[in-house]
Formats: sequence, C-alpha cells, structure tokens
Amino acid sequence: MVGQRFLQSLFQRKLTENFEVITFCEESRPAYDRVHLSEYFNGKSAEDLSLVEENFFESAGIKTHIGDKVVAIDRETKVVLSLSGERVQYDKLVMATGSYPFVPPMPGHEREGCFVYRTIEDLQALTQAAEHARIGAVVGGGLLGLEAANALKQLGLKTHIVEFSPRLMAMQIDELGGSLLQQKIEELGVTVHTSKNTSEIVDGDVCQHKMVFADGDCLETDIVLFSAGIRPQDQLARDCGLEIGQRGGIVINNQCLTSDNSIYAIGECALWNNQIFGLVAPGYQMAEVVAASLEGDSAEFEGADMSTKLKLMGVDVASIGDAHGKTEGAKSYSIIDEPNGVYKKLVVSEDGSQLLGSVLIGDASDYGTLLQYKLNAIALPEYPDDLILPQRSGASFALGIDALPDSAQICSCNNVSKAQLLAAVDDGANTLADLKSCTTAGTSCGGCSALVGQILNSELEKRGVTVSNDICEHFPFTRQDLYMLVRSEKILSFDELVSRHGSGRGCEICKPAVASILASCWNEHVLKKAHAPLQDTNDRFLANMQKDGTYSIVPRIAGGEITPDKLITLGKVAKRYELYTKITGGQRVDLFGARVDQLPLIWEELIAAGFESGHAYAKSLRTVKSCVGNSWCRFGMQDSVSMAITLENRYKGLRAPHKIKMAVSGCTRECAEAQSKDVGVIATERGWNLYVCGNGGMKPRHADLFASDLDDAALLKTIDRLLMFYVRTADRLQRTSTWMSNMEGGVEYLQDVIINDRLGLAAELEQEMNDVIDSYQCEWKTTVEDPVRLQSFSHFINSDEKDSNVVFVRERDQIRPAKQEERELVVES
Amino acid sequence: MAVLSKKLDMKVVKNCKEQSDWTSVCQLDQLMENYGQCVQLNQEQVAIFRVSGIEKICAIDNFDPFSGANVLSRGIVGDIKGVPVVASPVYKQHFDLLTGQCLEDETVKLATYPVRVLDGVVQLSTK
Repeated sequence: MVGQRFLQSLFQRKLTENFEVITFCEESRPAYDRVHLSEYFNGKSAEDLSLVEENFFESAGIKTHIGDKVVAIDRETKVVLSLSGERVQYDKLVMATGSYPFVPPMPGHEREGCFVYRTIEDLQALTQAAEHARIGAVVGGGLLGLEAANALKQLGLKTHIVEFSPRLMAMQIDELGGSLLQQKIEELGVTVHTSKNTSEIVDGDVCQHKMVFADGDCLETDIVLFSAGIRPQDQLARDCGLEIGQRGGIVINNQCLTSDNSIYAIGECALWNNQIFGLVAPGYQMAEVVAASLEGDSAEFEGADMSTKLKLMGVDVASIGDAHGKTEGAKSYSIIDEPNGVYKKLVVSEDGSQLLGSVLIGDASDYGTLLQYKLNAIALPEYPDDLILPQRSGASFALGIDALPDSAQICSCNNVSKAQLLAAVDDGANTLADLKSCTTAGTSCGGCSALVGQILNSELEKRGVTVSNDICEHFPFTRQDLYMLVRSEKILSFDELVSRHGSGRGCEICKPAVASILASCWNEHVLKKAHAPLQDTNDRFLANMQKDGTYSIVPRIAGGEITPDKLITLGKVAKRYELYTKITGGQRVDLFGARVDQLPLIWEELIAAGFESGHAYAKSLRTVKSCVGNSWCRFGMQDSVSMAITLENRYKGLRAPHKIKMAVSGCTRECAEAQSKDVGVIATERGWNLYVCGNGGMKPRHADLFASDLDDAALLKTIDRLLMFYVRTADRLQRTSTWMSNMEGGVEYLQDVIINDRLGLAAELEQEMNDVIDSYQCEWKTTVEDPVRLQSFSHFINSDEKDSNVVFVRERDQIRPAKQEERELVVES
Repeated sequence: MAVLSKKLDMKVVKNCKEQSDWTSVCQLDQLMENYGQCVQLNQEQVAIFRVSGIEKICAIDNFDPFSGANVLSRGIVGDIKGVPVVASPVYKQHFDLLTGQCLEDETVKLATYPVRVLDGVVQLSTK
C-alpha cells in the first residue's frame, strides 16, 4: 500500500517523466487495501479492494514485475536481482517491503489448520478451511486479532481469542477500557482468554488441535489463527548489510534514507527513531517525504501520530496519543457508563492545559474533537472533563472550528489540512459531497466527516454565503423542518401548513414536496380533493407524462415475477390500446402512448387481471429487482425472489423524498446488482447482508454494507427504520446516495442511529412505517372506483374529443411520437 | 430561446379582432381551486384556472411552446414573488396567469382569453 502510494505520488509530481521507474511486487496482484481486508468476507472481491486504478501503470509509464520479488541487492554495483533472474540497475532504490505476521515459535505452530491474516490468499485459505470447521481460535488480542476474530465469527465459527497479556488491545488502551471491551466482545458470543501463554499446539481430542497453555489449561479448536503482531520484512536489507535495529527494522533518518544514501525505506519495514509504524497513515507520510525529496524538496518525516479509531465487531474503540498516561506528571479523568457500555478517559498534562492522550470505548464520537486538541496543542477548557462528560443539557463543548490552525490535519488518512479545505471552499465547493470529492477528505475511513462538515458550514457563513436551506419563497423552512411540523402538529393539508407556517399560494417546488410529506405521514390518496392540485406532472394522473403529453403505464410486477396469464393480459391491453411496449430496467413492462382519457379504461382491465399500481410515476418505491434465487439457481443461497416480493409488497406506496429502488440477490454473484440500489440485499449462507445508499444512474455509487447475516425479521426491521429515517431527514429530491454523501458521520453514524438506536428513534420509526404499510391502497383501484375522480381524466372539460396535437408514426412495428418534420408531413397530407 | 409556433401567432392575430361570441364551457363548481382544466374553444385549446384569491377565472393558451405539447392546464398553480403562475408540467417554465408572459423568457408570451361567469356558468370568448 505504501509502495503504491509512493508510485502515485511520483506520478502526481510528474517525476515518472524524469525517472525510469520499475517496481517489483512479491504478491500475485498489485497493491490492495489491507486496512479493509476483512471486507473480503462481506463480498468485496480482490478487484474491489485494489488500490491501483485501471491502467495506472501504463499511463504512468511504470514497468511492473508482479509476482516477482527482489532476492538480492548489490549495493556496490547498484543492481537488484529478482527471483525470476531479472537484473535491474538503479540510481535510487525505495524499499517498501512491509511486514510479516509474527507467529510465536511454539511447538506445533506449523500444523495444518494454522493460519495468519495478512493477504487475500490467507483469507482464501482460511475460508476454505472454515467450511469443515466448527471452532476457531485467534492468538493475539490486539487490533488485528480482534479483526481476525470477527472474520472467524463471520465464517460461522465459535470463536475464541487467546491473549498473552492481561487485557485486550494492551498497546492502545488501559485496564478499565480493556475489561469493558472484553465484556462487550463476549456479549457478541466470542470467548476471550487473557493472560494465556500458549506453550504448544498438539492433536485435539474432539477438534483438530488442542492449544496447551502455560498455566495447564487447554482449548480445543479446529483452526488456529495467528495475529500476534507484525515484524518488519527486513531480510533483504540485512543480507546487503544495511543498518538494522536491535529488534528488527531498517533504520532510516528523517529523509527516510537508510544507512546507504541511495536506498530509502518506507512503511512498516522502516525503523525511525527506534519506532516501527504499523499504521498506514505514517507510511503514506514517508512515501510523500521520499517522493518530495526526489523532486528536490527538503521534506522530512518527523514521526507520526498513532491515534486510531475503529469499529471492532461493532464496538467503537479509539485511542489517542499517550493513552496510558506515561508522560511525567500526567493526570487523567475517566468516566464509566456501565449501562451503556461506555468508557472514556482523558490524559492531560500536569498543569491541565494540554491533552496528552485518550481512550474511548463504546462511544468514539468525541474522537475527532479530542484528536484536534492533541494534534494542534490547543489549550483545554477550564474543566477538561467537560469534553467527555455527557452533555444532557444540550450544551456542547465540541471544539470551535475557528480554534484550529490552518495547518491542522483534518483527514489523517488522506492527509488533508484545514487550509486545503478552505481553498476548496474558495474554489466553489459548497456542499459536503463536493468538498469531499474534490479534496478526498473523509473518503477513506470517514471518521472526519463531521469535522469537514463543520468547517464547511462555518466557512460558508464567514464568506457571507447565506446558504438558504429554505425550500422556496413560500416557506422559511427546510424540507426536514416541514416534515417535522406536519408530523408534530398533525397537519393534514397544504392549505393548513401554508396558513400556519408559510405564505402565498405555493409553487411547483413546495407543493409536490408537501404532498409527499403528507403522504409519508398520513398516506391519504394523492388525488383526494385537497391534495390533487399539489401533485407534480406524473402524480396528477398517476402515470408518466411523455414528451408529447401522452402517458406511460407501469403496473407492479413484484420482484419481476409474472405469470404467463398476466403477461398475456399486458400484451392484450397493449395491443387493444395500441401502446408502445418496452421492458424496463427494473424487471417490469412499460406501456407508452396512452391518452389521459384512456388511463382509467386501461387500468380497469389491468386491475381486473390482478395488477396494481407500480408507482412508476411517484417518488416512492419503484421496483425490487431479483435474481431467480435458490428455488432454481445452482448457486443460490436463499430465496431471493420471495424476499424481493415481500419487500416490494411491504414498501409499495411509501412516498419518499425521491424514488427508491431495491434489489435482492440470491448469492454473492450479485446478479440482481443490489449494490447499485438504494436498498440492496444479498443472500449469505446464514441470512442476508444489507447494503444501503447505492445508485446507478447519473452518479453511480457503490452501496455501503450496513449489516450482515440478518434473518428475515431483522432485515425488515432494519429497512423499516432506515427508510423512515430517510423520509424524515433527506432533502427534497435527494436520493439515498447523496443523502449518505452529505451525512456527517457517514455510514457509521447511520448504523448507530438505525442499528444501535443512538437517537432513541427506532420504535417511533417502526411505528411510522407500520402506519404506512397498514394504510396502503392501490391508488388506481380507488381511482377507477370513484366517479368524481374519474371526471378529471379527460383532455377537455367541455368535450370528449382527443388532443389533435398528438400524432404517432410507426417504427419497428410499434408507435412512437412523430418528430417535428414528420408531424408537418402528416398535417399537410 | 424558444420559437413560438405558427398556430400561436394566428391566435394572437385573432385576439385583436373585435368579436364578442361568448361560449359556455362548464359550470364554475366543476373547477377545483388551483387545478387547471383544458377547454376546447372552436379548434383552440385553452387552459383555464380558478385561482385562490383571484376573482376572475384565468385563461391562457394550453399549448406549451417549450415542449410543443398541449399540457399547460396540467401544470401546478402557484405564485412567484406574488405573481400568480402555472408551471409547465414538462420543463417547468412559469407563465403569468393574468398576462400569459413567460417568466423565464421575455420573448415568450402566451395568448390570454376573456372569461366571465354568468349564473354559475363559465364562459369564454375568442373576442
């Protein structure tokens, strides 16, 4: 990863034009994202994890030797020799050989069924072995050990963690934090054994292995997964006589130069100031330092902050700076909230003015603020513990953005400073999504999104850009405000809302938005007298207006499943009314060219055959696409068609800020393309993985994995909450993908709200969804049964004549609207 | 931006003629407030609107010059800075309901029609 970042930096600095660059890579594929390696178990492929953009090497003119490693360096002649026998002369050499997993040299560590957790190949071998295993044990309870334990759990194994020291994550967190973390992890069904020193691994009595501990205890397991730390990959450097640290690591100086000034070392193989940096961010910094110095700049590596924040098995864990309070004179504050499983600790300087470190377990929402205090040496408030005490009164001690210097690093993953963000705002980025995409801030781990959002708002305000979020001139409110007003004041009509909270007659912006809000809340028929004048073009006639003023009709075909008889009905109706017929992308049939007066007649026939409205005209659930699933498919894991039909019938008719598309795939082959949908469901061996906020269309967005291995009930409950939260909080005409891109805190925040019920809304959201489901009606059925409503379905109020302006011509045996020149011909003749 | 169709030009000419032939088109109570309807007047299509807060019935050409479709009666009625308007249901341009003027393009102005209500009956004239 660090090596790849170095190459990218060379390319960005246009150094690839000055240097001939050759790279050797031991693994069989170019660099991939090891930080998110575990997502391989959630269906991400090796390609998804790749860090190399297509054609990067070609366009950068970098020669690659993938799957071929350097085996010797001759510093005298400046030549490297590769395993395949390649000899390459160098002027400068950059070693980014990384690290290897440390396997404690206990007897039995090489037995079959013992694994490490580092490469995609390791994961593939582990997955294969897990198919025949029941129990798995991870040796090592550090960061990576917990990741590995989660992997075993996801593979369906009864999982144990065996840790040498008396607590989990001994490097990063203190005793209290460790015990709380252990408690939380055990609640998830993982057994934690601390203070256990494995002395040997022997044949098991019931399982494949028996781990024997120094204290005499033992543990039977089918799989042993070593995750006991890393060691720098420094053999090559040792062999050619470069200076190596006492406990390993290629010694480098501030320029990242080794003891040979033609050779650099960066990343986990390098030892700076007697420290190995096992995180990716410092490695990236080293890569930049080397690239800069090759460019002739005098950049220096000056150490790096090792603070981290992650979600381990669903538990927030964060550690900042001197978490153990080892600095002389350091004092600490800590709070424990047992009922909520939260532990927070601050380590401050002797005089209480500076933050030295922190530990956060169970709730890491203060991480961003605390980290900024630490990194920028900002003076602490009078009572530093205010920073971690719960603010029940609503007061916030969050750090004022203005207190941050311009040099403050906001996004540590991608090294984006406050100054860079400000520059981007100057250049016109005025939404969170824009700012993220042009600076890359917040696009890796997402931990800084909230901070980026705050900076954006404060800067826009300062620049006098009054970002009016008012929906339009008729209401001094946002869509979200209006939604809450309608809900809380039980407002039932537009007129009531505008007379209480707005002014004027409304317009084509606020009227459909309010109509949608009213429908989301109370679900009355959209053509009820009070609501009909609010409806936008398509909703007004419950059909999709086309360019010539005619309409298209899309009946619901839930899950894309249709009987031959119903298909024949569609054909017959289309033929009788001479409708242009096309299959949609959402596994339905679209019938075009119907006049307003034909709509009720066509629907009467469709309803008689058992069809109902497909809501293709509405901002609401469109389709739930599905693959054929395990009923037919040889590879299917679950019945995707049944689930798709269940989802479609459950959420049909839910009016939302924008349209909603879903899909259900029966296995990870993903034939239904669920990861490009607002709600995507993919079957696993044990249930369903839920993906959210994807999009195809104009700006494709890969959906985020939201929850794994849900059973049917949990899946529905999660989607219920998610959709209602979207309805409640999204902007007008905002798809879930942009809703997510603009969400401060990103997917983690959303998970917190929806899954962990952080805002205490879950029951309310579920109830609201139930109300919508219970009040569902087929809008077309109600319409054709109501003579008053039917009166609107004619082109003229005073005549039964048709609109003479509608002219069709034939193409490929079907009708289509005449083009202007064709129309003139028709009119002349 | 857009070019008016021939048909519309003819109508503008017709408006200038001194005629008074009132045609009854519907009952007033058939018109929902702020919900347009299309009237056939000889061979013309006229969009008529009963707008809340305005006593007279508004009548403009039903033809949307931007899309070339007869659809303006199906647009949403509202106001922009106090001016009562209908928004085209196709590309959302606004038309002043009292004057026919397009708010987005000053070169586009739709024909308007005299309307009166007599004994609960809505009558239009082509003048």
